[in-house]
Amino acid sequence: MSEYNFAYLDEQTKRMIRRAILKGLAVPGYQVPFASREMPMPYGWGTGGVQVSAATLTPEDTFKVIDQGADDTTNAVSIRKFFENTAGVETTEETEKATVIQTRHRIPEAKLSEDQILVYQVPIPEPLRFLEPRETETRKMHSLEEYGLMHVKLYEDISQHGAISTSYAYPVKVSDRYVMEPSPIPKFDNPKLEMDAIQLFGAGREQRIYAVPPHTKVVSLDFEDYPFEATKADHPCDLCGAEDSYLDEVIMDDAGNRMFVCSDTDYCRSRCTAGHVGRLAEEGAA
Amino acid sequence: MTPLLQVKGIEKRYGARIGCTDVNFDLYPGEVMGIVGESGSGKSTLLNCMAGHLEPDAGQVVFDTRAGGPMDTVTMTEPERRMLGRTDWAFVHQHARDGLRMSVSAGGNIGERLMAVGDRHYGAIRDKAVDWLGRVEIDESRVDDRPTAFSGGMQQRLQIARNLVTGPRLVFMDEPTGGLDVSVQARLLDLLRGLVREMGLSAIIVTHDLAVVRLLADRLMVMKSGHVVEAGLTDQVLDDPQHGYTQLLVSSVLQV
Repeated sequence: MSEYNFAYLDEQTKRMIRRAILKGLAVPGYQVPFASREMPMPYGWGTGGVQVSAATLTPEDTFKVIDQGADDTTNAVSIRKFFENTAGVETTEETEKATVIQTRHRIPEAKLSEDQILVYQVPIPEPLRFLEPRETETRKMHSLEEYGLMHVKLYEDISQHGAISTSYAYPVKVSDRYVMEPSPIPKFDNPKLEMDAIQLFGAGREQRIYAVPPHTKVVSLDFEDYPFEATKADHPCDLCGAEDSYLDEVIMDDAGNRMFVCSDTDYCRSRCTAGHVGRLAEEGAA
Repeated sequence: MTPLLQVKGIEKRYGARIGCTDVNFDLYPGEVMGIVGESGSGKSTLLNCMAGHLEPDAGQVVFDTRAGGPMDTVTMTEPERRMLGRTDWAFVHQHARDGLRMSVSAGGNIGERLMAVGDRHYGAIRDKAVDWLGRVEIDESRVDDRPTAFSGGMQQRLQIARNLVTGPRLVFMDEPTGGLDVSVQARLLDLLRGLVREMGLSAIIVTHDLAVVRLLADRLMVMKSGHVVEAGLTDQVLDDPQHGYTQLLVSSVLQV
């Protein structure tokens, strides 16, 4: 471990990233360009999030990584090991104990507190990207607050599907100013974007950092007659019986059997430990 | 009466070459101005300078705004100019593909300007889109089809609907009938003439087709090598051309 500088990146790079983070916090939702470094993992595996985490971590921090809510998937395990090796920080799987949480595509179910930092991995930071391919034009649209196009996408959803069918990466307006890509979190998580913790977003390939400070107003875009709805599968969790958590659907066999489980593994486990029982857990016990 | 648009001494150069120079005219509400000339005569440069797509090197384009009265659009701030571009101004491109979003349905195309100025009611936006499809003679059932599934003439009509939906007062048209066959051209011209009269629009039409200006334009400007060589009432210019180039232009039209 002593072979590495603390948290892998050199101090000048971390300083540069911290400046970008501070600027992002000062202008909520604004995409701050930064000089993204090559990281020892491929683009798309969270190079942006890892750089933001590296610049944020201190030796006293407790670090948690989730990938689609789970602590035990390849992406989460390898990033957690990466910082165990390079920063020697303590790691945890428990949301409450962590001070820095790096996440891919989910917000933890447990309410985060003011002394926690949530770091998102972002593949495409520009919410207007698939509507307007020119970066020069999208930057101008952000600076002039021309966001009509974002609603064209929602209009298309309704005209084709009868409802707003965008179910993840649902665009939000931050602090009544910038339209922001919340990274591909399910829209179930959108209401949670107004939280007590600091939220930092890092896009490594696209070289952008942006942020939502604590207690900042975050509004999901919608129409007056088609209001925003946070949706989830209409089931309780089959293991812990939770009705309020976001669920993954798991195919069990080739006979059409399937189960729904909390995508947040830590939340599910803590509920099971506390004695909550879901449908399949009951059957297993019987 | 205040002119809707006053163009004063507009000049645009591309290095040492002249795009257009020393163009002056006033356009009054409800008036349609035609600009004709051969390829490379500076028609499109002039149009783009007036519409704010190009920055002129000299001169003023004074537009009579609803809120603040006459304002020079060349020196106004970009947000103001872009706001004009999606409310009081409309720009119809020669190729419908340049003016439409090809991956968005016809309804979405028409609704874009409405949403850009703050409409947030899906039902109302859709009703307006359907209404405008009807006005440009496109069947209501095509509202959810993409423009890629439309014929050239329909695309052009859709582009016009998309531009006129916010009730602009000034329309810039760059060869609106170029590339369409004659019967489709005739229908489009009919439609345009109806809309211009009905909505009391002012329009500036750039074309090299004299039949188009004869039908639509009240006044005519003839351009050559970046200069305006002749201007006047359309019938007067076409029936009694004074400048050598205008005489050539008028006599070049094939008689069937």
